Amino acid sequence: MAVIEVNGLTKRYGDRTVVNGLSFTVAEGEIFGILGENGAGKTTTVECIAGLRTPDSGSITVLGLDARRDHEKLRGLVGVQLQESQLQDRLRVGEAMQLYASFYPHPADWRELLASVGLTEHVDKPYAKLSGGQKQRLSIALALVGNPRVAILDELTTGLDPRARREIWKLIRAIRDRGVTVLLVTHFMDEAERLCDRLAVLVDGRLAALDTPAGLVAGVGDVDGYRANLEDAFLALTAASPLDSRAGA
Amino acid sequence: MSALSRMTGSEARLFLREPVGAFFALAFPAILILVLGNAIPAFSEPSADLDGELPINLYLPVVLALAIGTVTMTSLLGVLATYRERGVLRRLATTPVKPSALITAQLGVNVAALLIGSALMMLTAVLAFGSRGPENWPALLVAYLLGAAAMTGVALLIAALAPNSRASAGIGTLVYFPMLFFAGVWTPGPMMPEGARQVADFTPLGAASQAMQAAWSGDWPQPLHLAVTAAYAAVTCALAVRLFRWQ
Repeated sequence: MAVIEVNGLTKRYGDRTVVNGLSFTVAEGEIFGILGENGAGKTTTVECIAGLRTPDSGSITVLGLDARRDHEKLRGLVGVQLQESQLQDRLRVGEAMQLYASFYPHPADWRELLASVGLTEHVDKPYAKLSGGQKQRLSIALALVGNPRVAILDELTTGLDPRARREIWKLIRAIRDRGVTVLLVTHFMDEAERLCDRLAVLVDGRLAALDTPAGLVAGVGDVDGYRANLEDAFLALTAASPLDSRAGA
Repeated sequence: MSALSRMTGSEARLFLREPVGAFFALAFPAILILVLGNAIPAFSEPSADLDGELPINLYLPVVLALAIGTVTMTSLLGVLATYRERGVLRRLATTPVKPSALITAQLGVNVAALLIGSALMMLTAVLAFGSRGPENWPALLVAYLLGAAAMTGVALLIAALAPNSRASAGIGTLVYFPMLFFAGVWTPGPMMPEGARQVADFTPLGAASQAMQAAWSGDWPQPLHLAVTAAYAAVTCALAVRLFRWQ
């Protein structure tokens, strides 16, 4: 069953078209990654799916509901972690978890969730005193505290050290194993390869490829005598983008 | 307990954890009265020029206006602009609780702080200097609430129009000090020059201050002053609701 259906999504800011006729579906229980260079339209796409922006054309349904029109209903079913979305400086970690848990009818055990992102010892720390990685982990925990059926995570592990990133991957797999569908934006190739079941590669707001990580790699032959990896596949797909030709000129 | 009341509790805790803001909202009006009354002995002696009235009594409604201006232009405005800029409102928009609940909670906290700060100030004046309260309580309450509503509307409108929190703080300061002048902070009661008073009639805090001064001495405020504050409240709130950007 498709949990997210995006059909012909187009979004413009002024006369700049950021997302251009994008279509894909995400199946239930899937970890689906959106990969692309900066400015490829990844964040705009997930913000439209999260119901925070109105598409100029195209339709988006999440769990059979219209992303924008049924935004009210979806807010209880979809957990969202956004880039550059902070908390009040003096709000403590535990208070934030407790407060956000109280917004949902069937919240997760917030202490357990805090433990799974490794923040238990910081429960009394104010938000401003957290490191970048700790803020990121709290943000992920807040997105999951409502026991969502769909989790939308933008720049999941940006700012985390390698060990913390692997902990977060484990957490994402664990919530998927409970039946949660995960849509994530990333620009880390290893993350996309290890974590995602399927990947949509965006180039200039268009869908350049949609396949499993292995499928994307298989589409590229050997590079300089080495077996291609996902990064080679990604570079091959994005090579034609005008951004690159400008940079190379 | 509803999400709104939980959010209000949380915002109240955060308000008290910000020592400078909490001090200016809660304690500053009372401390100002204490300092003035003690620093200028004539302030707390009956004055023959004023038919035996304590000069400090003339200043109490002005300090109420100052309290309104301080809470709305610094505390409330600062929070609204930062919450949008830092994405606090945007994050709430993804939960079942609307970001407007956070604004409502902040309004509640600031109104409560204003009421407490004003009550402490009046209590201090009575206990320390034997000041008398307002002679027309109902009129004072009407003028005070209208003045607070007008300045809250101005704060909401600035938060709606300013592109970022720095601009919003700058505009807030540019509005704050002239408002204090027109409220009579530097030229209380009859000391305000006539020309300045004519302008003050049409500023939200100046009109509120004069309405409160009238109520203090037992009169009903001039309809002009009540109309001006009510008009500011209605127009600024309506505009702010239309123009406010949540992200």
